Amino acid sequence: MPPMAGVWPRRTCPSWSWPAKPMDGFLDALLLDAGYNARLVAIGAGLLGLSAGAAGTFLFLRKRALVSDAVAHSTLPGIALAFIAMVALGGDGRWLPGLLIGSALSAWAGLLAVQAMTRRTRLSEDAAIGAVLSVFFGLGVVLLTVIQTMSAGRQAGLESFLLGSTAGMLYADAVTIAVGGALSVLAIWILRRPMTLVTFDAEYAAARGVNVPRVDLMIMGLVMAITVIGLKIVGLILIVAMLIIPPVTARFWTDRSGRVIWIAALVGGVSAYTGAALSAAAPALPTGPIIVLISAFLFALSLFFAPARGVAAALIARRRFQRRVHRRQGLLALARDEIIHDGLTLRVLQDEGLIRPDGVATEAGRAQAAKVARDEHRWAVAREVHQDSGLTGRYDGLTPIEEVFTPDEIEEFDRRIGGPVGVA
Amino acid sequence: MGAEFVQFSLTPMLIGVFAAVACALPGNFLILRRQALIGDAISHVVLPGIVVAFLLTGTVAAIPMMLGAGVAAVVAVALIEAIRRLGGIEPGAAMGVTFTTLFAGGVLLLEQSDTSGVHLDVEHALMGNLESLIWFQADGWASLVDPVALAALPPELGRMATVCGLVLLATILFWRWLVMSTFDEGFAQAMGLPVSAIGLGLVTLAAISAVAAFDAVGSIIVIAMFICPPAAARLMTERLGVQVAWSVAFAVVSAVLGYVLAGYGPLWLGASNAVSAAGMIATVSGVILGLACLFAPHRARIGAGRSPDAV
Repeated sequence: MPPMAGVWPRRTCPSWSWPAKPMDGFLDALLLDAGYNARLVAIGAGLLGLSAGAAGTFLFLRKRALVSDAVAHSTLPGIALAFIAMVALGGDGRWLPGLLIGSALSAWAGLLAVQAMTRRTRLSEDAAIGAVLSVFFGLGVVLLTVIQTMSAGRQAGLESFLLGSTAGMLYADAVTIAVGGALSVLAIWILRRPMTLVTFDAEYAAARGVNVPRVDLMIMGLVMAITVIGLKIVGLILIVAMLIIPPVTARFWTDRSGRVIWIAALVGGVSAYTGAALSAAAPALPTGPIIVLISAFLFALSLFFAPARGVAAALIARRRFQRRVHRRQGLLALARDEIIHDGLTLRVLQDEGLIRPDGVATEAGRAQAAKVARDEHRWAVAREVHQDSGLTGRYDGLTPIEEVFTPDEIEEFDRRIGGPVGVA
Repeated sequence: MGAEFVQFSLTPMLIGVFAAVACALPGNFLILRRQALIGDAISHVVLPGIVVAFLLTGTVAAIPMMLGAGVAAVVAVALIEAIRRLGGIEPGAAMGVTFTTLFAGGVLLLEQSDTSGVHLDVEHALMGNLESLIWFQADGWASLVDPVALAALPPELGRMATVCGLVLLATILFWRWLVMSTFDEGFAQAMGLPVSAIGLGLVTLAAISAVAAFDAVGSIIVIAMFICPPAAARLMTERLGVQVAWSVAFAVVSAVLGYVLAGYGPLWLGASNAVSAAGMIATVSGVILGLACLFAPHRARIGAGRSPDAV
């Protein structure tokens, strides 16, 4: 087979090897010992991750997570146009605030395009997102090739906005990112109440007099600001991950609104900070992918091991339920002197010392079996006495009857069942 | 329109057209099923697929790469479904988690592995390099009947044409099934159609188009062609058959016009270098969609056009 010469142009990639002691460098960076710039970048990334996690939560709960993908991709033409404009005006095209303003303007245009298409035509939102994302990105690539031909020496660096790079970042850039991250955290802190209200119950919020469209706009504005600030660190292709993965991760840990936001912020902050530190220690590692993979790791951990909604918790609960069902069926069988064939039932009863290995009930087993059989009788009587299905409807074979009826009522059932009567 | 055109422009233009049509056809159904972003997700996860294939085989041969990309697409679809079910997460967010993670993994693997000897890098996976798929052996239109020259056609052309034909054939063969399950899934199920198999088949078809087109032209064209021509076509008509025809026409126009504008446009403006053809094709398709949004006869939702405040 011939190589795919078409896709892969003749361009060598820089090869790279681990630094001599990667762990030392990483620890230094993690503990803010790796030089002033790296420290500033790590703090800025941490703040940015914090606000991205929190702002992403609002987006996620509004079920509009992927709108941020369109916003992120539409920054590219703005970056390129800003570069061209700044060079045309005789400046240095790489001045970060200028590039960020350009990217914000075109992200805004992309967002407006998504909204206009969804509202005014019959295209659905996902089609609008995909169209805006690909077309703006395509236009951006066209403009990048224009820049490449403008003046070969000058174009350096714009590609770093695709995947993010903190290597060789200027001091002023690091300050811009840190200040931007801090400001977005502040904005979320100030706006958290109306935004929480709208994301959880938009109609209730409207009834309370909150201007829902304006709050939605604020959320999108915040998302846009975070995207723009994060471009240099994470890159426009992966910034969407910082907005989506933390809230999805946080959702596994709690059902409470306020907590989801702060757990998401924590997840985002920790992954961004660690990722930036790691990439400062190993400069050839692209920052964006590392941050994304760290948060994906936290996500996978939560998916499996979160106590409330994790997969492991669900499996354990299911297994416990299964054992309870088998225990009860086994005891009922013992009470009726039936032979138990089911392997799991035998195992459960034996584990609890209710039967001997040969299947004969122990003393404890006979006692428990008698209790289960008696409760079954009580339930039968209860269903005759109480027409209230709210109470008897709780019969599922596993709920103890003592939880549903008072001792007085149970005594009444026992009286109706009656004691043993001698046969004449 | 002489020898130079045949040598430098004919094959990339044809490859662009085949890629655009192969993506636009399944795109019609994906849009109607509100699965438009599947194409986006697939084109992102192709990268880790080819990187892993490269690491396993050590070469950049086409077949292992396409297999790797295909496997990655299947893994991604399975992961999205697993996250959605296990975690009870809405599909959009599940998709976002999956494709960003896989893409990030692909980039990291690529940067970590020694690819200095081969031509493999992220930017060109995204942007494609349609311009380089030229036909060196051609020296005029006569080469089209010259077996020696034909043998030296870029292999991407044959692959893309095959995939395009395959997609077209599948669309025609399964037309009734696709239409029924897309518009009324309940009815299709009641009629005894294998609805979930049809859905899976459609996604597979989209994945095949995406992987083949990615190999030839990069992932921007893939996403743009999955969505823009069918979306524009959707605003032109009420009938699905007509919509598919419009989408193919829009795809062809985008590919040809985009390529011409990218290759010759800058020369007309006095510049000396061409710009990215893939990017320009995506841009042209976006312009077509924009025009359709403003002027197409069936752009509004039913009823929306009649109220006074709607435009």
